[in-house]
Amino acid sequence: MLTMIGKRLMFAIPSLIGVVIVTFLLTRALPGDPAAYFAGPAATKEAVEQIRKKLGLDKPLIEQFFRYASDLAHGDFGNSLTTGQPVATEIRNRLPASAELTLLGLIVSIVIAIPLGVLAATRPGSWIDHLCRVTTTAGVSLPVFFTGLVLVYVFYFRLGWSPAPLGRLDVFYSVPPTVTGFYLIDTLIARDVEAFRSALSQLILPATTLAVFSLAPIARMTRASMLAVLASEFVRTARASGLSPATVIVTYAFRNAMLPVITTLSMVFSFLLGANVLVEKVFAWPGIGSYAVEALISSDFAPVQGFVLTMAIMYVLLNLVIDILYGVIDPRVRLEG
Amino acid sequence: MTAQPLLDVQDLTVEFSTRRGIVKAVQHVNISVAKGETLAIVGESGSGKSVTSYAVMRILDRAGKIAEGSVMFSGIDVKAATEDQMRDLRGREVSMIFQNPRAALNPIRKVGDQIEDVLRTHVQQAQVKDHGEKAIEALEQVKIARPRERYHAYPFELSGGMCQRVVIALALACNPQLLIADEPTTGLDVTTQKAVMDLIVELTRRKAMSTILITHDLGLAAAYCDRVVVMEKGRVVETAKAADIFANPQHPYTKKLMRATPRLGVSLRDLLPEEEGAATAVPAEPAPAEAASAESKPLLRIEKLVKEYPRQGATATLGKLFGRKPPVEPDVFRAVDGISFAIGHGESVGLVGESGCGKSTTSMMVMRLLDQTSGLIQFDGEDIGSIAPSAFARLPQRSRIQMVFQDPTDSLNPRFTAARAIADPIMQLGDIRGRDALRARCEELATMVGLPHNLLDRFPHQLSGGQKARVGIARAIALHPKLVILDEPTAALDVSVQAVVLNLLQDLKARLGMSYLFVSHDLNVVRLLCDRVIVMRTGRIVEEGSSEKVLSDPQDDYTKELLTAIPHPPLQVH
Repeated sequence: MLTMIGKRLMFAIPSLIGVVIVTFLLTRALPGDPAAYFAGPAATKEAVEQIRKKLGLDKPLIEQFFRYASDLAHGDFGNSLTTGQPVATEIRNRLPASAELTLLGLIVSIVIAIPLGVLAATRPGSWIDHLCRVTTTAGVSLPVFFTGLVLVYVFYFRLGWSPAPLGRLDVFYSVPPTVTGFYLIDTLIARDVEAFRSALSQLILPATTLAVFSLAPIARMTRASMLAVLASEFVRTARASGLSPATVIVTYAFRNAMLPVITTLSMVFSFLLGANVLVEKVFAWPGIGSYAVEALISSDFAPVQGFVLTMAIMYVLLNLVIDILYGVIDPRVRLEG
Repeated sequence: MTAQPLLDVQDLTVEFSTRRGIVKAVQHVNISVAKGETLAIVGESGSGKSVTSYAVMRILDRAGKIAEGSVMFSGIDVKAATEDQMRDLRGREVSMIFQNPRAALNPIRKVGDQIEDVLRTHVQQAQVKDHGEKAIEALEQVKIARPRERYHAYPFELSGGMCQRVVIALALACNPQLLIADEPTTGLDVTTQKAVMDLIVELTRRKAMSTILITHDLGLAAAYCDRVVVMEKGRVVETAKAADIFANPQHPYTKKLMRATPRLGVSLRDLLPEEEGAATAVPAEPAPAEAASAESKPLLRIEKLVKEYPRQGATATLGKLFGRKPPVEPDVFRAVDGISFAIGHGESVGLVGESGCGKSTTSMMVMRLLDQTSGLIQFDGEDIGSIAPSAFARLPQRSRIQMVFQDPTDSLNPRFTAARAIADPIMQLGDIRGRDALRARCEELATMVGLPHNLLDRFPHQLSGGQKARVGIARAIALHPKLVILDEPTAALDVSVQAVVLNLLQDLKARLGMSYLFVSHDLNVVRLLCDRVIVMRTGRIVEEGSSEKVLSDPQDDYTKELLTAIPHPPLQVH
């Protein structure tokens, strides 16, 4: 097991190096001059030149790259030009916000989608199957910003059930001491129930928005994979041995059907983590997606590079977790480690 | 027969609702099984034999339902019983063994746990102290070596025969009264088949159980059953004592089925139904002497052919990692271990052996789909063994060695029509250009293999198994090959279709002067089609000689074992 993990991490290194090179080149190839942007519209040519020199942008590309790489090796992601903050600190502060939102959205989605898919598969053609089809189609065809805005309009503006969509915590509560970076967990550790409630009520709408969007792939995959497994011969054997429907569906069918669903889950998660920019914008969520987009607009190289690299690392780790999960569920996979 | 049969099926009709309306898979079937009796249901694919057994257990697909008739099992009306009652019956009173043992087991659950699931469902905790111990007992009963260890094995870690033993253990764990075995040995080697069938018979006799054996193999039915029910197209056409039915079959379909079963002392022509056999009988089969005359310079010569595979195991890799020596196993596995043989012009040679003996590997190397480790492959005087498999596909030699594959369905591109499939090798390597010329050649080939021209524009799923086999053969002979490798071409076909296809192959060989390398596990089939037989075991040739000699007077112990394992129907068809 440990050798497998070690091996997998080793294999990830070349791809991470590739990511570093490609993001570096891509950001340099982007239109827009960070020095000009940083100097402001009123700056003279000399001032821009000076800033360029200060930023090291006048050096040849290769030298810039090596400096960037050696900084990276020391754990230095560089500084953001717009905020002046070190990128590493910003990402460390913002990643938990995105991760918490995405995870909660995914959990909500799993809790709804998987039972829905299983029920739809065990009763094909029934009302629950149609419900599954309609819900998932609707969920995936509505853009997230639209769902988000509708939710805000209904639950905040009309009904007033949820707080204003302004960040992770109501302004009246203080931020809990950071342990995990997840407010839901940190507030509980700090035994601050009121803050926990506030954090949760802030999270519900954006998480629901993400969940509605990610329902479709998970439910559809669960349904399709359950249908295939239910038609398989070992399920027939289990039925012919008189096992109870619960045992047949859970122990025999569901565990086998989970394998493709887990793969889908990992894809949905990594997609949501990077792509929930729109949700973060609608709910003024201080996440990593909106950070990266803002940096990209202002030709701020360091945060963009830091963002892409962080995502790549997350992706590698996520895949590793999925592979380990696979091994836990399917004994046939363990051999190949 | 006892006064009240254990299972009494009366006037059973099973319907399936499909897109094209209602299909009656089984119509007005009457079957009864007495206590302790072994009954065979024999029929070809689509005869409704499996559907009948599923109806008895009420495990039909959602689309199927018992439309008419009654099924009584020891006083219980199966048709009227609630689902709970049925569930109680399944596994405890009636249980089932399925065709493909590996697929019939949950791939990600330990086999012991799977047996325990059944025990837990049907046996009260109070009656048994430990379900685990009981599961191990069940494994012991089916003669699995080291049952305590095997309890923790997953299906993929066991061989096919071993998996079938586990399925049997699963079925018999609760001592049911009736066992339904649905083609329990299809796909297993003959020696494994014998072991599995002997085990089933021994266990069911000991427990005084009734058995229904569903099979397409008349030999198997004759060897192991008291009574035989013959089904055709959803109807029972004949029911009789096993001894009677083989001595004196009444129904024409039964007679046809019996004729088509390959057996000792008959020629290929005898397999065909009487009328057809007479019509197509070619007066003289090509004399084997012709083949012998060309022996001086064989078409294919193979010398000391070896194929090794690196042995991949977690232990070996780990051992290397820690600088430790792996256990005594050699680090290569010899799939083919220095074999030499030759095939003459116009000769057909059978390559026989059980799964894993290296026969397919050998044929792949001759086909140049696989590189050999060492050894010589000489074809028509040329050393083709030195040509890399990747380069071979584009060479003119490719067209002279062709292959017919085992599964007629899987070996055809589902998106190609029959004509396109046949034309494919011509378009790749042939010299016929132009739409019309190509079409004409396809039609010519279709005529040769007896495929009606109107079927040429159909897709594989619109063709029957026999028709697909014909397409596969037409494709193989499209480029006038000198050697055709037949890899179990009839293994997936019904016996009556097999008889026709074997005859077709024989006729084509005589007409086109090809040589055959016939890879098969079925000695009876090989004997019919081949002049010479090579018996392989664990990568080596154990016996070689003329078909008649090897089959009537085997020298090697392994050949003898193979021959005795084949169940022979006591047939005398004239």
